[in-house]
Amino acid sequence: MKHAVVLDGTRCRGCTTCIKNCPTEAIRVRQGKAAILSDRCIDCGRCIQVCPHRAIRSVSDSLDRLKDFRYCVAVPEPALYGQFRHLEQVDQVLNGLLHIGFHKIFEAAKAAEILAEYVARRIEGSPAKFPLISPQCPAILRLIRIRFPRLIPHLDPLVMPMELAATLARKEACAETGLPPEEIGVFAIVPCPAKVTAAHSPEGLSQPVLDGALSIRDVYLRLLRPMEGQNNLLPLSASGATGVGVAMSGGASHARQAKRYVAVDGIENCIQMLEEIEDGRQPDVDFIELAACTQGCVGGCLTVENPYAAKMRLRRLMDEMSPTSSWPAEPEELDQEIITFSRTPQYSPAFRLDPDRAEAMAKHLRIQALEASLPGLHCGSCGAPNCRAFAEDVVLGRASADDCIFKVRERMRDVAGPESDAYLPPPFRQKKPREGSE
Amino acid sequence: MEPVRLSYPVEGGDFIQAGEASSKMKMTLKKLGLPADVIRKAAICMYEGEINMVIHANGGRADVEITMDQITLRMVDQGPGIPDVARAMEEGYSTAGPEVRSLGFGAGMGLPNMKRYSDELHIDTELGKGTTVIMKIKIG
Ligand SMILES: Nc1ncnc2c1ncn2[C@@H]1O[C@H](COP(=O)(O)OP(=O)(O)OP(=O)(O)O)[C@@H](O)[C@H]1O
Ligand code: SF4
Ligand SMILES: [Mg+2]
Repeated sequence: MKHAVVLDGTRCRGCTTCIKNCPTEAIRVRQGKAAILSDRCIDCGRCIQVCPHRAIRSVSDSLDRLKDFRYCVAVPEPALYGQFRHLEQVDQVLNGLLHIGFHKIFEAAKAAEILAEYVARRIEGSPAKFPLISPQCPAILRLIRIRFPRLIPHLDPLVMPMELAATLARKEACAETGLPPEEIGVFAIVPCPAKVTAAHSPEGLSQPVLDGALSIRDVYLRLLRPMEGQNNLLPLSASGATGVGVAMSGGASHARQAKRYVAVDGIENCIQMLEEIEDGRQPDVDFIELAACTQGCVGGCLTVENPYAAKMRLRRLMDEMSPTSSWPAEPEELDQEIITFSRTPQYSPAFRLDPDRAEAMAKHLRIQALEASLPGLHCGSCGAPNCRAFAEDVVLGRASADDCIFKVRERMRDVAGPESDAYLPPPFRQKKPREGSE
Repeated sequence: MEPVRLSYPVEGGDFIQAGEASSKMKMTLKKLGLPADVIRKAAICMYEGEINMVIHANGGRADVEITMDQITLRMVDQGPGIPDVARAMEEGYSTAGPEVRSLGFGAGMGLPNMKRYSDELHIDTELGKGTTVIMKIKIG
C-alpha cells in the first residue's frame, strides 16, 4: 500500500521528535534520516504536525491532475468551509471551485446526510456488533486493522461520505454529459493524509471510487483569488447544517441521531477508548465515534486554520443553514452496494513478532534479555522511540545492537580500558561508583 | 520451551494508572500472536485483579507466565486479606466505600468476572498478611 505520509530526506536532520510522537511506533531514524515502517503507519499525520524541520509531508494529488480528465467533479469535505475568514455561505466556496477547474460539485456533507438517512431507515439495524464504531476516520480504521482485530466486527460497515459522494457524482456526471465514467475525474478535497491514502487504497471498498484527493491547504490557496468579489453566486450548496457538522467531533453521532453515544477525538484518546472497548469496559453507549484529530476533521493536518477557530466558523455557517437537506430519492432505494463496505477490513498484524507462536515467544525472550541490558533512558539516539522498541528492532533484524551508544561504550571500555570514559560526552559517561559501595 | 514472563507493579490508590498493566500485557500478547479471545479473557482477568489490588489492598504486583498452552496470572498483594472468600465471590458483594463507588467501581463483579473468564481461579489469602489470586487461561 502506498502511504500519503512521506519523508523529505533533504530536510530531515534525523532528530527524534517524530519517532517519539508516533502513536504506532512506526518511525525509525536510519543513517541520520527518519524512515517509516510502512505496515505500521496509519497516516494519522501526527509526525507532520510535530516535525520541527517540516521534513514530513503528505503527498496529495495536484490540481494539474484535473487536466487528465474531460470533466471534473469536486468532492469537498466540510472541513474546507471552516478555513475562510468572513465566509457567509458555503456557496462562495463551491462557486470558487468552479473557477479553478472543476465542472461540478458534490459535497461530502451531502453524502454524510444521505448516509445518516440510510442509517435511520435501516430496518434491521446495523449488521455489526454493539457498540458500533464509526467507520469515518480512515486513520482509526487502519489502527483497528493493525492493533485491535477483535473490534473489526464492531465497525458499522458504511462507506465514507467522500466515497458515497464520488460514486453518486460520477453517475450523475455520466448522465449529464454522456461521457464514459473513466473520462470523468472525481477528486475529494481532504483535511488529512489518511483520506488521501484512503482515496487511492480504500479500507472498505474493493475498488477505489475516487480518482484522487487534493489537500484542503492547496485548494484553499488557489481559492482565495476567485473568491474575491464574487457576485451572482450559483446556488450549488445541497447540504444542510447536519452534513457540515460531521467535520467536527460528535457531528457524525448527531447526524445519525445516535442517542447513546460517545465521541472521542485525538489519537491517544482514541487508543485508550479502543483498549476499553476491547475489554468490554467502555462507557454504556450504542455508538462510538472516533476521530484521530483534535476536534475531528477540522483538526486535520492538511488544513490551514487552527481546529478551534475552524469549528467556531463552521458553527456560524451552520446557524444560517437549514438542519438537513432533502434527498429526492428514498435512501432505501440506494444500492446497498454503493453505501456499504464491499470488502471486510482484514487484520494485518503489524506488531506480531512472528507468524509462528513458538517462534514469536522465542523472539520475545531474546527481546526481554536484550532490553534488560539496555539503560532504559529511551534517548532515541539508536533511532528507535524507546529501548524496548530498539531491542525488538535488533531481534527482528531491523537494527544492530551496536546502534546503541551504551553498547558501544561497553565495547570501548573492553578495548581501551576505563580511561576511555573521559572521551565520551558527559551524559554517556559511566557514573562514578560511590566510595564505600561495592 | 521456556515460558515468557512479564511482571508489573501495581500502585495502591492510583485509579488513573489502573488498567495500565492490563493494556501493556495485551500489547505483548498481540505481539506473541495469541488468539483474540484468549487475549480478551486474560485482559479482563488482569484488569479486575489489578483494580482489586488498587482499591482493596493498597497495591501489589501482577506476574504473568505464558507457555504454549496457557497463560497464568498471579496477582500478589500484602493487603488486609479477604475474611470470607465465598462471600467475596458472590455477584454484587462489595466492601467498596462511597468514594470508590462514585468512580464506577464497587459493583461486586470483579471476582465473579475473574472466575467467569478464567479456566481456573485460585485465591490464597490470610488476614493481615495479604492475598494471592492465581488465574489460568487455556490457549485453545
Ligand atoms: N486483593 C484483595 N484484597 C482484599 N480484599 C479484596 C481483594 N479483592 C477483593 N477483595 C474483597 O472482595 C470483595 C469483592 O471483590 P470484587 O472484585 O468482586 O468486587 P469489588 O471490587 O468490590 O467491585 P467491582 O470489582 O465490581 O468494582 C471486595 O469488595 C473486597 O472486599
Ligand atoms: S479525524 Fe478526520 S482529518 Fe483526522 S485523520 Fe481522521 S478523517 Fe482525517
Ligand atoms: Mg473488584
